[in-house]
Amino acid sequence: MVSRRDFVALAAAAAAIVGPGRAARLAARDRLTEAELLAFRPVGNVTILHLTDLHAQLLPLWFREPSTNIGVGEVRGLPPHLTGEAFLARFRLARGTPEAYAFTDQDFVELARRYGRVGGLDRIATLVKAIRAERPGRTLLLDGGDAMQGSWVTLKTKGADIVAAYRALGVDAMTAHWEFTFGAERVKEIIDELGFPFLAGNVLDTEWQEPVFESTAFFERGGVKIAVIGQAFPYTPVSNPRWMIPQWSFGIREERVAELVENARAQGAELVVLLSHNGFDVDRKLVSRVPGIDVVLTGHTHDALPEALVVGKTIVVGTGSHGKFLARLDLDVRDGAVKDWSFRLVPVFADAIRPDPEMAELVARLRAPFAAELERVLGRTKSLLYRRGNFQGSWDDLICAALLEERDAEIALSPGFRWGPTLLPDEPIRMEDVWAQTAITYPQVYRIEMTGAQIKEVLEDVADNIFNPDPYYQGGGDMVRVGGLGFAIDVEQPIGKRISDMTSLATGEPIDPARRYVVAGWASVNEGVEGPPVWELVARYIARHQLIEAPRAGRVIVKSA
Amino acid sequence: MMRSSAASRRTVMKGMGAGALALGGLGFGIGSARADLAKAEKLLKELIGSKTPQEGKVRLEMPQIAENGQTVPLTAAVDSPMTPDNYCKVIHIIAEGNPEAGVCSFKFTPLSGRAEFSTRMRLAQTQNVWAVAEMSDGSVWMTKTEVKVTIGGCGG
Repeated sequence: MVSRRDFVALAAAAAAIVGPGRAARLAARDRLTEAELLAFRPVGNVTILHLTDLHAQLLPLWFREPSTNIGVGEVRGLPPHLTGEAFLARFRLARGTPEAYAFTDQDFVELARRYGRVGGLDRIATLVKAIRAERPGRTLLLDGGDAMQGSWVTLKTKGADIVAAYRALGVDAMTAHWEFTFGAERVKEIIDELGFPFLAGNVLDTEWQEPVFESTAFFERGGVKIAVIGQAFPYTPVSNPRWMIPQWSFGIREERVAELVENARAQGAELVVLLSHNGFDVDRKLVSRVPGIDVVLTGHTHDALPEALVVGKTIVVGTGSHGKFLARLDLDVRDGAVKDWSFRLVPVFADAIRPDPEMAELVARLRAPFAAELERVLGRTKSLLYRRGNFQGSWDDLICAALLEERDAEIALSPGFRWGPTLLPDEPIRMEDVWAQTAITYPQVYRIEMTGAQIKEVLEDVADNIFNPDPYYQGGGDMVRVGGLGFAIDVEQPIGKRISDMTSLATGEPIDPARRYVVAGWASVNEGVEGPPVWELVARYIARHQLIEAPRAGRVIVKSA
Repeated sequence: MMRSSAASRRTVMKGMGAGALALGGLGFGIGSARADLAKAEKLLKELIGSKTPQEGKVRLEMPQIAENGQTVPLTAAVDSPMTPDNYCKVIHIIAEGNPEAGVCSFKFTPLSGRAEFSTRMRLAQTQNVWAVAEMSDGSVWMTKTEVKVTIGGCGG
């Protein structure tokens, strides 16, 4: 965090960071300026800014995009199911550039050292303020949810830190997913505290199937009446503990979305925006079936696309995660129709953007009560620690290794979350970094016996949740991470036939369907699970080993892709 | 026909047999994914005889993924006039993967005004649910929808 403020003094900023390739870094940073990041072809009378899946990351961080992101069925090989070279080719980006660093995993460590951290709400505030100043009275700032989960501070304050930060940022409306894991009572309080609309049209009460939340908010920007319809994550009570929100029923509810769009038009909306936490493939299918949505701002699956896609007449925007990107969409809306538009997904390069002093001060104040625990150093990592990707991820291998060792288990299971930042080789691992991978409201580590057949069923069930060819049957997320276990997966097969060659890594023997294995895992969606919070085990493991090098707890062979 | 009255919800439920077993407090469902299609087809034959159902006319709304397999909401409706000469007589719900394939049958008369009902059902496992409508002209219409019953967990 040294000298970041004086970015414009390029030489000073670069010189303050130790590491190889200083000249290259200097050259690169020459090209990266706040002005360049804000450069945009303005169009028309409305500017929509979209932020999503912040996962409570208020400070700049590293975030490596996936190397594996398989699409099945009709979306095979389509964005966002492209990675690395294929992604660069599809969007005509060159290797080694800031864009390659922002959007792919290519040369990640080298480019991270060259271009620096990404995100930070103070940087985002600077961008938002600049765009609002350029487009006064025309700008709408929308958040796609998963803002209030992913840090110790947000867990301890039950989202109050993000409420304060978003009020200061001037968010105009949001929808939700992980926010629901604070439980129904806290969600209602948060809505009262926000001071801006919390939209979730697809949530009905379980008893009478009546709407629980506001579905639609109307705004006037640039003389245009805009309807924003909120779509919360449709499988919240399946993917997360239903017992925390027992009265609320979710679902994609296509017919209801269509009805809300019609209602919005009937009330005079000239522009209809779906602020969605469905996930990219679900939204792509939804807008191909529900007419009348001008723009869908997608979230949940953390896909960052440098271009907006057009599906039928709908503009589809994927804004990534962790504050790494801010999407800007300018629209020329006349006579109730979009006549022209212009889009850019702005990578939030933390070194190139001046922190907004007010937001920086607020973030520091929100962190202050927890600063000592957050910054406690547990050990160091020799290798890259990342999570994102369809299978395993070195952070998850580390967590699984900790589960096996700390709970004396034969097999470890760790959820395939898509959130959680990256650490570079030779960085310290602080308690804050562990919490950024684990901070949830149901962190208990269970230890149970399961038969080999039951373990296979878990793997099959989760795989179908990701690789079902119909997006409406997908829940998002990545494959469950494993420790002490190897398996092969053929994603093209139907449920029950994807997983094969299950092997105990300790013995090298095939997993016996009838034998019982001791399994440790965390994030069970069931009520009353007992066990220590997962971060305690991971912290203890790191502190004992001190140096973490290429953690490897599980093995996955992908047979088709 | 009144939509979603509390009475209708309670009265139409039939015993569905065992659902997903709860395992060690974690609730991993251990139902076999094999649905007993023969049982469902036999029941259909008992209900409609040798007629062949056509696709269309009947609509069945259910979640793609059940939040709770013990009580899954469903709405079935038939797009039809409800006049004495032309109306929907009955809608049957069949679950091909439940221990008992027959779920419920809702009968209508022209005085029902509308052939539509909402209720809840139990699903033992991931399966197709059928809605079969018999019309006053003797025609039979059918639709199927897949509902997933999953152990849950994970996510983005």
